[in-house]
Amino acid sequence: MIDGILDDFFWRALLGGLGVAIIAGPLGCFVVWRRMAYFGDTLAHSALLGVALGTLFHVDLNLSIALVCILLALVLVALSRQQTLANDTLLGILSHSSLAIGLVALSLMGEVRIDLSGYLFGDLLAISRDDLAWIAAGGALVLTLLTGLWRGLLMTTIHEELALVEGYSVTWLRLALMLMFSLVIAVAMKVVGVLLITALLIIPAATARPLSRTPETMALVASLMGMVAVSGGLSLSWFSDSAAGPSVVICAFVLFLSVWLLRGKAAR
Amino acid sequence: MSDPVIALEDIHVDFGGPPVLQNVSLALYPNDIITVIGPNGAGKTTLVKVLLGIQRPDSGRVRRKTGLRIGYVPQRIVLQPTLPLTVERFLRLGSRHHQAIPETLERTGVAHLRKASIHHLSGGEMQRVLLARALLRRPHLLVLDEPAQGVDINGQAALYELIRDLRVDLGCAILMVSHDLHLVMASTDQVICLNRHICCQGQPESIAADPAFNDMFGDRLARSVAVYHHHHNHDHDLYGDPVDEQQQGSGS
Repeated sequence: MIDGILDDFFWRALLGGLGVAIIAGPLGCFVVWRRMAYFGDTLAHSALLGVALGTLFHVDLNLSIALVCILLALVLVALSRQQTLANDTLLGILSHSSLAIGLVALSLMGEVRIDLSGYLFGDLLAISRDDLAWIAAGGALVLTLLTGLWRGLLMTTIHEELALVEGYSVTWLRLALMLMFSLVIAVAMKVVGVLLITALLIIPAATARPLSRTPETMALVASLMGMVAVSGGLSLSWFSDSAAGPSVVICAFVLFLSVWLLRGKAAR
Repeated sequence: MSDPVIALEDIHVDFGGPPVLQNVSLALYPNDIITVIGPNGAGKTTLVKVLLGIQRPDSGRVRRKTGLRIGYVPQRIVLQPTLPLTVERFLRLGSRHHQAIPETLERTGVAHLRKASIHHLSGGEMQRVLLARALLRRPHLLVLDEPAQGVDINGQAALYELIRDLRVDLGCAILMVSHDLHLVMASTDQVICLNRHICCQGQPESIAADPAFNDMFGDRLARSVAVYHHHHNHDHDLYGDPVDEQQQGSGS
């Protein structure tokens, strides 16, 4: 029976999308809490470079994307210590350069047929069994790391120096967070594409904020919101034949608007 | 005398430029209160970071008592309003002595804020919550960087008084950084005047007469620092107003 479900592309899309939404929830909260939206964008854009390199060297694309993201994350952390350029300038340079390099590299590979818009905006309905396996494995790893490191991650997010004094290893925690971002970006690319990954991270988390009194509920509600957005977006795409990735983001946005409008009314 | 809780020996720090700290040596023993004063850019915050182990000195040694626990009250804490957090949860993240949370908040005078969102606190309330958080760790050394910043003048006096009382309760060493010359003088054992190096140090009474102190703060200001002792015959609320007991705790 499970085999039957996995044979159907709609169910594969739904399962994959839900899996990504579950891990994007808590990680998206960290993006919002640590004000890393631009950072997330930069990493996501570099994923295209991962696609190009993976195709060139015949490496599994998920793997090459994750590797390129991790590499760029390390470079960013190292570069952010220098003082000559402001962080957002640095991110702006790397974000657009890596996107441009990725695009040109892909267009130069004339003999390989590549669905560019699939990479840019996601191709949820083309999710394969291999992709699902990646989502499951990556998701399990991310959730394990998150649960194990939760206290420390939260503490370094609240106040880095306090966390240092209290004995948390701030550098390792930051690296772990980068690793998790890279994994999520690698697997989320299928769902919403390079250009919209940050939306899947940020919008559900921002939607969850007014509904939560603790960091944990915010993470859970963000996952839930992401799952609703994926289901809604997929249905929208099914019935109106719209692109799946943007449809998911639109659903997330509508949820965000409704929650904030309703909360505004309740507050008044 | 027992061993120092922490000792700095001939510390030198430069950030690849002119020295920020040079030849700084100091030792803190249990029950000591040392206050570091000095003009802006004197290296006060760097000194604190060396003590805390956040900043590695370029030369010199930091000797810590084995198993040293430090309670740290940072200068001004900027919290992301996007992160939902109650005072209690914030305290729980800092130590494992969860059952001591109510009494510790009581001790620092903010018991009524236990369930409050951390984003709705005033400057003075936040400092007292941070202090409670540091105390929960049962520290051997309490480090406070400008603890009274953002607290009004009456609240400041109450805060320094609280810190002085805590030393008696805890028997820990305390190092404070402060701008508030007048208030600090009454609540410290020793004053260190820092201006990239230690200009002078001593008891508050003697330091006010030290020529180096006069040089640093100007003759007029130095002479105006009369040592002020606060006598305790009533309670203050967070804002420094005298209160009667009934009113307390109904604030939030």
